Amino acid sequence: MGEQLKGGPDRLDVRDLEIRSGRDGPAVVSGISFTVRPGQVLGLVGESGSGKTTVALALLGHTRRGLSVTGGEIRLDGTDLLRLRPARLRALRGAVVSYVPQDPAAALNPALRVGYQLTEVLRVHPGSTADPAARIREVLREASLDATPDLLSRYPHQLSGGQQQRIGLAMAFACRPALIVLDEPTTGLDVSTQRRILDTVRQLCRGYGVAAVYVSHDLAVLSELADAVAVMYAGRIVEAGPAGGLFAGPLHPYTRGLLAAVPEPGSDRPLAGIPGQQPPPGRRGPGCAFAARCGLVREQCRQQEPELIPLPGAHAVRCWRAAERSTSRPDLPRPRAAVAGPGPAALLSVRGVSARYHGVPALSGIDLDLPARGCVAVVGESGSGKTTLARCITGLQQDWTGEVTLRGVPLARAARHRPRPVLRQIQYVFQNPYSSLNLRKTVGQIVAEPVQRFLGLSRGEQADRVAQVLRDVALGDSFLARYPDQLSGGERQRVAIARALAAEPDVLICDEVTSALDVSVQAVIVQLLRAAAAQRQLAMIFITHNLALVRTVAQTAVVLRHGQLVEAGPAAQILAEPASGYTAQLLADSPRLARPGARPAR
Amino acid sequence: MTATGLPRLRRHPGLAILGRAIRTPRGAAGLGLAGFVVLVAVAGPAVAPHPATALLTFPFAKPSGAYPFGADFLGRDVLSRVLDGGWVLLLMAVSATALGIAAGTVAGISAAYLRGHTDGLIMRTVDVILAFPQLVFALLLLSILGPQLWLIVLAVGLTHAPAVARVIRAATLDIAERDYVKAAELQGMRPAAVMAKEILPSLSTPLMVEAGLRLTYSIIIMSGLAFLGFGQQPPAANWGMMINENRTGLPLNPWAVIIPAVMIALLTIGTNLLTDAIGQAALGVDRTPAEAALLDDLTPADGPVVDGPVVDGPVVDGPVVDGPVR
Repeated sequence: MGEQLKGGPDRLDVRDLEIRSGRDGPAVVSGISFTVRPGQVLGLVGESGSGKTTVALALLGHTRRGLSVTGGEIRLDGTDLLRLRPARLRALRGAVVSYVPQDPAAALNPALRVGYQLTEVLRVHPGSTADPAARIREVLREASLDATPDLLSRYPHQLSGGQQQRIGLAMAFACRPALIVLDEPTTGLDVSTQRRILDTVRQLCRGYGVAAVYVSHDLAVLSELADAVAVMYAGRIVEAGPAGGLFAGPLHPYTRGLLAAVPEPGSDRPLAGIPGQQPPPGRRGPGCAFAARCGLVREQCRQQEPELIPLPGAHAVRCWRAAERSTSRPDLPRPRAAVAGPGPAALLSVRGVSARYHGVPALSGIDLDLPARGCVAVVGESGSGKTTLARCITGLQQDWTGEVTLRGVPLARAARHRPRPVLRQIQYVFQNPYSSLNLRKTVGQIVAEPVQRFLGLSRGEQADRVAQVLRDVALGDSFLARYPDQLSGGERQRVAIARALAAEPDVLICDEVTSALDVSVQAVIVQLLRAAAAQRQLAMIFITHNLALVRTVAQTAVVLRHGQLVEAGPAAQILAEPASGYTAQLLADSPRLARPGARPAR
Repeated sequence: MTATGLPRLRRHPGLAILGRAIRTPRGAAGLGLAGFVVLVAVAGPAVAPHPATALLTFPFAKPSGAYPFGADFLGRDVLSRVLDGGWVLLLMAVSATALGIAAGTVAGISAAYLRGHTDGLIMRTVDVILAFPQLVFALLLLSILGPQLWLIVLAVGLTHAPAVARVIRAATLDIAERDYVKAAELQGMRPAAVMAKEILPSLSTPLMVEAGLRLTYSIIIMSGLAFLGFGQQPPAANWGMMINENRTGLPLNPWAVIIPAVMIALLTIGTNLLTDAIGQAALGVDRTPAEAALLDDLTPADGPVVDGPVVDGPVVDGPVVDGPVR
């Protein structure tokens, strides 16, 4: 198996795939067609709710509960998977079509040793190799793991996230499949780990002539990995083509918007988000689903849905206005004009802050200065101590040593020992907007809380203030009476920001505030934070794992690793000429979007 | 940009869960059964054809026109006694449940949120109370202090509290780590206010489930105590007591035992079904296919998904609409 060379006939041929909710409910995805040749990687890109995972699972002949495939065909080497009997399909799964899930920690059985789980797939498909033990050693080597008895006898929780995903890859490649479906396999991994996993995926697919479908929301990852890309929006492919052509000359306004929303490590240009949001699955109206968010919308777009129009170079786009736009370049916003810079004196100073987490040092001797009106980015991978630092500054963590001063006045360690005016001045925006809002309170109640507590206004003034702050984060009065579970992730995060701004703070601490959001929403939130900071003369500590965001928001940056300060200085300098090898490695490993005019990836 | 529709105002999420629960077949059946028994118990005394304690005919008289379910062991009308014998039982069961839930919730939230010594003290007390079987504890208290109704309510309520405390503590441990609780702390909210304003509302689902479950147990225990003679004293009517009084006459007039037994059974089955439906609705298991698809595709793109399943299962009803973005 797997001797076919790249460039042969199509291995996977999906035609007019349609998946509905129930048998005759609304279509969740429809008109999905694409082909993948052996050794080729097709990137299926889209934001949450675009239907990309639904399509990916259908390639394994699987639909989630409540959904059913109601049309089209999925041909793998000529066999239509959708017409197979269940027993035949089971025999194919794992052996001929395999799957690498998003979260390896959840996909591996925590009660079984990984060695057992690896051999399981070969036991289920006994025909795939004559010597299972040799095959295990081989795939582990290919996945850059040593097949030592020690590794094989471990339980999944005893492995790192990267190792877990390598086990996932080894399992997927163990039977030498013809098609492999990868569902965001590097989400949640650090960039360096992601880089190595992507290299492994690429080598294995090329080496064994495996056709791969790689589902991701990360355009930069796909621009480095994929040979061809299909962009999904509201259950449809809106643009598809060879990766080079598509990233160099995107035609659909949605693709262009997505690309403009992706931050670049070397640039401080403002990010352009896409206003509005995708219609929920199965609730697409007539006309083009993107019309409501599109800057080029015309009457025709609202009335009639465009077909996928084939263009030269295997490129295709579903847009009425594509032809007239085919030569223009992506609409990147101009670099920002200079704004009033940060003041000279430090508003907030961190001196020698150290903290332990369950007895293990989590931070050691961190120094940091935040000037008034300035923004410091705190950069680090998971486990670097960046959130611990935020929790020390805000007083959520209390067993730390060192000193944090606000305008020269030392702060009490624990928030509950800090007087109310101090609490007001430092506000914290949490990482996860799905956990930072109480689902039992309305948006109005949530934002009113700090207004009542800190500002001492009359009732009428309070209501005005709440409405004003909500308008500042671009949420109208209609949101006042709504509950958080009626909001999208981006809207929730805006409510969380409004709650922080409502206290009229001097310092805003943003802890990975965009990491749970789609890229187009991330851009909107980042712009909103920048505007709010400028308008209110806020100083900001922006915590992120994403180096590409640093220059967009911050003037200075500090890089943390294992709780130690690796490097600190002006953001532009750190990103252009990092002094430490670690920062340089992080920069090199960050996936980069191949843009026309920009320097090529790697 | 244009909004795709007007935002839909919605009831409090706790009420929304209740609303969804009673729209499921299970919830509707539970509500119907329990509602019927409650109606009989509440309206019964007003519509009873005869006084509940009047000796009207001979013992264990067979059903007849005047006495549709016959007579009991003293010749009293079974129908009138059934109509009259529910409300005190029900009132006691509800009071005991409310007492148990209130005490258990305060203990459970405090233990989980304040941690440390408070947690240890509360939970060890809970362990001690749990070491006694509930019925034995109630019987012990009643045989020492006498079968007073308020004492029964107190005994049953207090023996519910430890179990409630355990459930609520577990639910609170999860909620106390949520960021919105941290956000409230950062606003300088006092612990008591955090518990009352942030944590308690988030517990509405486990509280509803727990209340339903404890009500069922209360009814069973109250009837059991009445059967054993700890409850209302003769000649008052009480379903539990009626079963005991009339069992010797089972071959003569089985209705005198069957009807009160059926009432108790319908009530407990009804509250149990309703409780089940609430739990399911909160978990989001009874979602329509469209909602299921929607929810599955709406998971955040990145980062940890920290959404407790039990306490606030995703409730999505109505289109999500975006506001203007600059």
